[in-house]
Amino acid sequence: MEELKAFHGGRANLRLCFNSNQNEDSIFKALDQDLGKSPVESYRDEVGVLKKSVTYTLSCLEKWVAPKKAEVPLLFFPAKAEVMPQPLGVVLIFSSWNFPFTLALDPLIGAISAGNTVLLKPSDLAPACMSFLVETIPKYLDNKAIKVVAGGADIGERLLQLKWDKIFFTGSPRVGRLVMAAAAKHLTPVTLELGGKCPAIVDTLSTTPSKAKVTAKRIVGGKWGPCNGQACIAIDYLLVEEKLASALIELLKKTIKRFYGENIKSLKSISRIVNEHQFQRLVNLLKDPNVADSIVYGGSVDEEKLVIEPTILLDPPLDSEIMSEEIFGPLLPIITLKNIEESINFINSKSNPLVIYAFTEDETFKKRILSETSSGTVTFNDSMVQFLCDSLPFGGVGQSGFGRYHGKYSFDTFSHEKSILHRGFYPEIEPRYPPWTDFKLLFIKLAYEFDYFGLILLLLGFKRS
Amino acid sequence: MASEVEKKAVFDIDSAKEVVQELRASFVAGKTKDYEWRRTQLKAMLKMMDENEPQIVAALRDDLSKPELESSIHEIAMLKNSCKLALKKMKHWVMPEKAKTSLATFPSSAEIVSEPLGVVLVISAWNYPLLLSLDPVIGAIAAGNAIVLKPSEISPATASLLAKLVANYMDSSCIKVVEGAVPETTALLEQKWDKIMYTGNGRIGRIVMAAAAKHLTPVVLELGGKCPVIVDSGINLQVATRRIIAGKWGCNNGQACISPDYIITTKDYAVELVDSFKCELERFYGKNPLESKDLSRVVNSNHFARLLKLLDEGKVSSKIVYGGERDKSNLKIAPTILLDVPQDSLIMNEEIFGPLLPIITIDKVEDSFDLINSGTKPLAAYMFTNNKKLKEKFVEKVSAGGLVINDTTVHLAEPTLPFGGVGDSGMGAYHGKFSFDTFSHKKAVLYRSFAGDAPLRYPPYTNGKLRLLKALLGGSILGIIRALMGWSKA
Repeated sequence: MEELKAFHGGRANLRLCFNSNQNEDSIFKALDQDLGKSPVESYRDEVGVLKKSVTYTLSCLEKWVAPKKAEVPLLFFPAKAEVMPQPLGVVLIFSSWNFPFTLALDPLIGAISAGNTVLLKPSDLAPACMSFLVETIPKYLDNKAIKVVAGGADIGERLLQLKWDKIFFTGSPRVGRLVMAAAAKHLTPVTLELGGKCPAIVDTLSTTPSKAKVTAKRIVGGKWGPCNGQACIAIDYLLVEEKLASALIELLKKTIKRFYGENIKSLKSISRIVNEHQFQRLVNLLKDPNVADSIVYGGSVDEEKLVIEPTILLDPPLDSEIMSEEIFGPLLPIITLKNIEESINFINSKSNPLVIYAFTEDETFKKRILSETSSGTVTFNDSMVQFLCDSLPFGGVGQSGFGRYHGKYSFDTFSHEKSILHRGFYPEIEPRYPPWTDFKLLFIKLAYEFDYFGLILLLLGFKRS
Repeated sequence: MASEVEKKAVFDIDSAKEVVQELRASFVAGKTKDYEWRRTQLKAMLKMMDENEPQIVAALRDDLSKPELESSIHEIAMLKNSCKLALKKMKHWVMPEKAKTSLATFPSSAEIVSEPLGVVLVISAWNYPLLLSLDPVIGAIAAGNAIVLKPSEISPATASLLAKLVANYMDSSCIKVVEGAVPETTALLEQKWDKIMYTGNGRIGRIVMAAAAKHLTPVVLELGGKCPVIVDSGINLQVATRRIIAGKWGCNNGQACISPDYIITTKDYAVELVDSFKCELERFYGKNPLESKDLSRVVNSNHFARLLKLLDEGKVSSKIVYGGERDKSNLKIAPTILLDVPQDSLIMNEEIFGPLLPIITIDKVEDSFDLINSGTKPLAAYMFTNNKKLKEKFVEKVSAGGLVINDTTVHLAEPTLPFGGVGDSGMGAYHGKFSFDTFSHKKAVLYRSFAGDAPLRYPPYTNGKLRLLKALLGGSILGIIRALMGWSKA
């Protein structure tokens, strides 16, 4: 990993040393231990993302910290206006267990680049990763400015009693409410990166066979690829036309087998379920007999290894838990519709998700999806990759959260944009001051309308109040 | 008669729920998203102000004894400008913004689309009851939302007038005014909103945010603080004094969130400064300022009592160097200047929000920065100086919502500057395009094509794929080309 130079502007030290092989191996090992993540997934979703983020931030930082000029109308002449970003102060970052490095360090990069001091509280549900962060960060970062604290919900609660200048939280809506309520006591601004049921609309099966295949690959890659469905942006469920459902299922089955193995015994290249509690939660979603009946592929579980094989369900009851809760696991319901356009109403009947995925080449349909649905992000014809775009804001809306980050948005989310107006002592505009007269009133009215000509007329005595 | 009584029934939780349901139905039906609808509403608001200026001025006089010039300029003219700006610029604001894409997602295109948040609640304050109600509403309309406006009950004449005018001029299936006090506001806060904007004090700000937390509703809080003015020597003292007076007593008699709250100057300069104030204050408001028509009154007896408590505190009352007169029946307190009040006095520990101006003296001007930073972050901070280095230090060291050098309060009129607080003075910002943004969700959109599907994305995962993935994310051109063209083998 590279060494980041301290930013010369005198900002808080930004020196992050990533050591090429040693730490990378430890990170892979920790992720394997906590989640059964393979090195490719770990690099793609965690290490690589972070290295890219740091490199991008370093290359742009000087531009971001510079004040931005703002236009000033002639009336104020001579004057200079600008907006200057400033650190908020001492910030608290809570990260989640499913991407224990990315969701901890990506916000940290933003907080540091904006000049804040930071306390990071990683999730104890990924204990090996948490330990790694607790032990390793002090070796590379300024320990007086950046601290990591280990612990569970009780530590989290105690931290929330204190006054912070910003809290950044990634996790569930339930805990998001608690974080915001605690922040309200101190008027602390928050960013909440929550979740939701991310739907994928599938409308490309009747195009060419190769597009259909790519669609299937991207769906499978977008469901079981990221931490085996345990990701806020993983595809939660599919929407497809009735008549195409069986073709879709066949394609998905083939792709799953090719990617992950023929059955639960030969499962590979896929993370496991994080712990017993989540495992039971997912198993319970399948307990409902109507839901169990709708399984068309998979369904086997291995409690000892905390493994549930990739499972597809066809039209489980819409009022079942699997269709009302965020799944966050390897179960993929497919909901069929008479007409794919109905997917818009279906999605709108649920709360705003973090992402809507839509596989379609119909430009009109794309426009309708964009204007008639609401979500953090919309991605057309792919899954997951929007996460790699530093120029796109990443965040939710409604129940999926508020605030955003990635790229410059990370810097902004941890900054206060301070407005600054510089004025000169001359010229002085007398009508600003009392005692008030009709002349002064008219003068100011014209000034506010930027009616410079009218002002001249008034001053020359050609306008009467 | 009976139906009249029914109409005036209490606005409770159920009424609040009904209001939200109606607005949500209008929003879902797409009424407020329609671009022409937004333009029509903004034009209607302009017409509303053009045709009712005398009534507005009269209501503000009732509520605050606000001088006509302040009403016409600080409230009406500012609002009209804000409306006109939105009408002029909205077509640019609603356009999606292109976003750059990188090689990592090639081939793709990306944009950021602004969409309305939905149904929003605007709770405004009593001191600029028209401006602080309608300015946020302008932003909310421009962004395409349905709106409930809850004006302050402490300025009841303006609140009633607003309710009447908005119902007459604007689309009441999408924009409603709810009058009332604590019970009505509480009923509204129980509901689920897509955004809440609150202007007022920190105590209520906390209550608003806690209520919003239950529904994960994002908030903008425009609060207050003690806005300091640092006065250096070697400046045009007369101009500086006048500008401070204009920002203090000329803004609703000090009852404004960005009014200069207190002054910091050097021990050596204090006497000259006080003399300059005495001279200019008399020039502006005459020998009997209690009778000047150019000063707002103190809004009500609660605030009057509060201000007297600050003024009459033992260790403070002896520090009055100008003013101090009061007229209880007319709720007037003369412009009052105090010199060297103790740091632990009441007047130095809460936002004054009135016509009292303490001057604190220090040895060197540079000492003022630490003094300011030892308190909570204010909404604005001001400095009068010709010293370039001091200006730079001020800008760098002092954290506040906004700063002005060599003037006071005028940054409010600058729509290209975001207006909002930090820390205890609030969160979020508005004015100009910032208003539009604050009531919008900026939706990220990525368009991908089916070409260039690299197998290295997909399992089974191998070392070869790991190597190529590193090349792709790390930016090695050759490695990337091979990866993108799908020429790399698994």
